[in-house]
Amino acid sequence: MMGDLQMRVTALHDEAAGIRRVRLEPVEGGLLPAFSGGAHVVVAMPDGDVTRRNPYSLCCDPEDRTGYEIAVARAAASRGGSAYIHERLAVGDVLTVGAPTNLFQPDWRAKKHILVAGGIGITPFVAMMAQFARAGLAFELHYAVRSRAAAAFAGVLQDRYGPRVKIYAADEGARLPLGALVQNQPLGTHLYTCGPERLMDAVLETARQAGWPEQALHSEHFMAPPPGDPFTVTLGRSGRDVAVAPDQSLLEALEAAGINPRYLCRGGVCGECATKVVELRGTILHGDHYLTPEERAESRTIMICMSRFSGDRLVLDL
Amino acid sequence: MQGATIRSRPVYPGLAIAPLARRHIFALEGEGAGALLDIAGDLTPEVLGRSQILYVARGSLGVGHHGALQTLGAAFWAAPTVQPLLGRLDVELSRSHMGTRLYLAGTEGFIGQAMQVAAAHGIDPASVITEHRGSRARRVQCVHCKGVTEGVTASPFTCGHCGLNLYVRDHYSRRLGAFQGVNIDAEEPGAVPPPEELYL
Repeated sequence: MMGDLQMRVTALHDEAAGIRRVRLEPVEGGLLPAFSGGAHVVVAMPDGDVTRRNPYSLCCDPEDRTGYEIAVARAAASRGGSAYIHERLAVGDVLTVGAPTNLFQPDWRAKKHILVAGGIGITPFVAMMAQFARAGLAFELHYAVRSRAAAAFAGVLQDRYGPRVKIYAADEGARLPLGALVQNQPLGTHLYTCGPERLMDAVLETARQAGWPEQALHSEHFMAPPPGDPFTVTLGRSGRDVAVAPDQSLLEALEAAGINPRYLCRGGVCGECATKVVELRGTILHGDHYLTPEERAESRTIMICMSRFSGDRLVLDL
Repeated sequence: MQGATIRSRPVYPGLAIAPLARRHIFALEGEGAGALLDIAGDLTPEVLGRSQILYVARGSLGVGHHGALQTLGAAFWAAPTVQPLLGRLDVELSRSHMGTRLYLAGTEGFIGQAMQVAAAHGIDPASVITEHRGSRARRVQCVHCKGVTEGVTASPFTCGHCGLNLYVRDHYSRRLGAFQGVNIDAEEPGAVPPPEELYL
């Protein structure tokens, strides 16, 4: 895609058990495009004979334009991206990285920012907090982890921000005090959450029940494309058939076939890859967070980064 | 209620109680009282017990609503003019927490000014529940001298500050809580079409 950067791995660091931080610097030197807290990049990685392109939040200081850093958790059932970074990536390797995109912007009108992270969901907040601290804004981080050993950035964040960082380790019996968190917060407080779906749902629902308006609630729902049964999609413009393998997303299969549909987040949240359905005999298995329930039911549009298909015939406007 | 003609033109969907709110603040101007009285059926004792009503009659149009509003049984305070009401709203909001929802009803100029108070407390305008009632008169800022004229009902009109003939646009500034007024006879001074009473 336009704006792609060739970046060299200049450091690999195990940030916590099962979490590897990767520093990337431009092969050509010079300053990188600026980004803001909450932004992600899409990193292309070879995985056998396919190319995986996974979105990762930038977890470095946005003021540092000499390099980007991402942190990747080792997924139990990795589709290739996290296994590649943990097992094969070495200092000196060159990766293709897309320009930063931000779908998780802080609301800069807020009087106070409350960040609630679960596990690897900490990454966008590392960059946000650097910006909040520099701007002198009120913020606090509530960080739920399985154990302190698995808590990436915990030490460095506590050193930087002191009591504004609270860590809740499940193996010590600590739980996020969600009910108390949403009580007595000053007007103009915004709440952000990133982590496992269940945690985010609980955070958002607790705030809604306490009367918080939707405008003050923010979440980032990046997910890896779900595996599933193989299926075939037909391209309406050329009549070509493209087969989608069980561990491949529709978008990845199209890319492997030499078609380059538009995309941004590859995680079902941004809407960029919305594609018109020309003919449908079967069921679209919607896996995104973008379409409304009504749009899902109509199935005139499919988000090809996350959704799959089951049935006889699916023709897309491609 | 007037429809949106251009993107900056605010829309006022109408008052409806946010069922999960912990506290409700109603700031009502003139005929805006009617917006709350019309949904009195939704004002359960629980809602009323968590409500604060701030009201300004603003001229003769609002006479008669004091009693009806007071009878609802929520905490009630009446202001003599708009400015003290906005001052009181500011104080109420500074004591409030997340979970408090703000409701505004009245003329557009009033809603716009109250919205500025809310924005200063970090409240997202989209989270404020609004209803347009009463006159369609506009608050207009002259883009040339920056003076704001209240209660503009006709376009073009003469700027109360610098005297230029101003055409009233639908372009609305949330920051100023005002519509934009632009000189209509700059190229041919005096060539001013007759004013139309568009915003009665």
